Amino acid sequence: MTLVIFFIMRMLPGDPLRLYLSETQSLESMPPEAVAALRHEFGLDKPLILQYTSWIGGVFRGDFGTSIYYRESVGTLMLERYPITLHLGLLSFVISCILGVLLGLVQALRRGKWIDTSLTVLAYFGISIPTFWLGILLMYFLGLKLGLLPISGYTPPWENFWLSTRQVIMPVICMSVMGIAGTARQMRSSMLEVTRQDYIRTAWSKGLGERTIVYRHMLKNSLIPVVTLLGMFAPMILVGSVFAETVFAIPGVGRLMVSSIFGHDYVVVQSITLLVAAVVILCNLIVDISYGWLDPRIRYG
Amino acid sequence: MTQPSIAIKDFTVAPPRITSWQRFRRAFFSRWIVIIGLVILLVMMFTAIFAPWLAPYDPYKQDLSSPLLQPCKAHLLGTDGLGRDTLSRVIYGSRTALLIGFAVTGVAVIVGMVLGLCAGYFGGVVSMFIMRFIDALMSIPMILLALVIASVLGGGLKNVIIALSIGTICPYTRIMNGLVLSIKQNDYILAERAMGASDSRTMFSHILPNAFQPIIVMITMQLGFLILAEAGLSFLGIGIEPPFAAWGSMVNDGYQYLMTNPALSFAPGICIMLVVFAFNMVGDGLRDALDPRLRGMF
Repeated sequence: MTLVIFFIMRMLPGDPLRLYLSETQSLESMPPEAVAALRHEFGLDKPLILQYTSWIGGVFRGDFGTSIYYRESVGTLMLERYPITLHLGLLSFVISCILGVLLGLVQALRRGKWIDTSLTVLAYFGISIPTFWLGILLMYFLGLKLGLLPISGYTPPWENFWLSTRQVIMPVICMSVMGIAGTARQMRSSMLEVTRQDYIRTAWSKGLGERTIVYRHMLKNSLIPVVTLLGMFAPMILVGSVFAETVFAIPGVGRLMVSSIFGHDYVVVQSITLLVAAVVILCNLIVDISYGWLDPRIRYG
Repeated sequence: MTQPSIAIKDFTVAPPRITSWQRFRRAFFSRWIVIIGLVILLVMMFTAIFAPWLAPYDPYKQDLSSPLLQPCKAHLLGTDGLGRDTLSRVIYGSRTALLIGFAVTGVAVIVGMVLGLCAGYFGGVVSMFIMRFIDALMSIPMILLALVIASVLGGGLKNVIIALSIGTICPYTRIMNGLVLSIKQNDYILAERAMGASDSRTMFSHILPNAFQPIIVMITMQLGFLILAEAGLSFLGIGIEPPFAAWGSMVNDGYQYLMTNPALSFAPGICIMLVVFAFNMVGDGLRDALDPRLRGMF
């Protein structure tokens, strides 16, 4: 997998050195020895396979390489920006889980009523709306027209908690809408599936209260497909952060990714891609582990 | 002989025959929400095909004397920063969106199905090689993958199609692989092999047709997602080059004038949402009508 990322990145057209130098002087006007020296400094003169092994070796030692554009260690760059994306992402993820499961539960319990129908239509819109456009809509109506929330920027919560929270509201809404809608849909259908099961009928017939049946028997049993889906949403939220951070001018990993792509800053891009892939794999692992907790019949190995 | 006292149902008269097509039609058209989706899709396709006749102005013609007009009678949705008519551009944008959606699906379905078929049918080393590669690709979210690939290849219609296709191949390969593994267990495949059919004959004339329904459902659902992804790419500025009308880049262009001309970015955004909405609903309808058991798979 790292191989795939690496070689895709190195096919980037355009010389990264040219970009780095263009601010001070043009590449052509420099003496060839100086160019060669710079190339050597960034390791661009070595054959590809050596570049790959040195990069991947560095990653295992926690060294992601040096950004050609920022001339800073990629690890430092990411450390600056990762908490920001993490802050937004975790909030969105928690909100998607809680709201999605709750809404799906309400829909399934009030099946066929107006609240179910309207939430179903809303959920369709929720999975169809482009994140960036939702961001612009919110910005226009809440930020510009009503002046309720600051329209862009980011402040760490430990500096100014109130401002930070206000700034975070809109991006978090954008990033979590798709998750809420998807989770609610899945929750609704798996709840309806569980409702038909024999053990639920048994529970009713032995006179258990509705509360016990819903929470103890139905909820836990219908969560398995939902957890699978939530595992898939974690990377989707990362993708959402690319758009939300672009729209709301938040200096997170998503913005770094986009600007590095435009700047041919391949070290940064491949490190971020690697990190995203790692998050995806981690999520799959967590999902697998949580199956065992939700349904003790599922055991591995 | 007396008549039997109980009425015996006359089994010599056949019950009204319901063909599978009729059953499908009934299930498909019974939900109003699916019909809405279908209508939206038909309207979109109509505008995409007849764009030159429907658009009131040339979408590429700049008129620098009248930039950023508010919506008025002459320009129903106003004009953008270069004096181009927004309505015409939105209409032409439907062409771009549908073209990319269908082209990417075409490429991805063919490549994905062949890969999945080979992996599932031959198993062993072939399967391991293909599925490992697909797993590696799958670990990067499709939009990010397309973003990186599109930036490697550069902009332009063709490159966007390639970039999106690579990410889209994965789900098709996976689902095909799973389908083949289950279809392979059937006795008719065994019979086919016993009669001495070649590998390619078994794969293409017997396994492939039986995998069609889930693939059709998947295509419909993926189309909406693809259009969303394409819009995202062109919003970030990677994708269709500027003179071309793409909804995503129109939203981005209009974003600069949000304060004064909100219609500029609102109109294309609504279109994106409606198309994706319609594809999702029709996909759901198709799935439920064709085979409700597929519910868990998507």
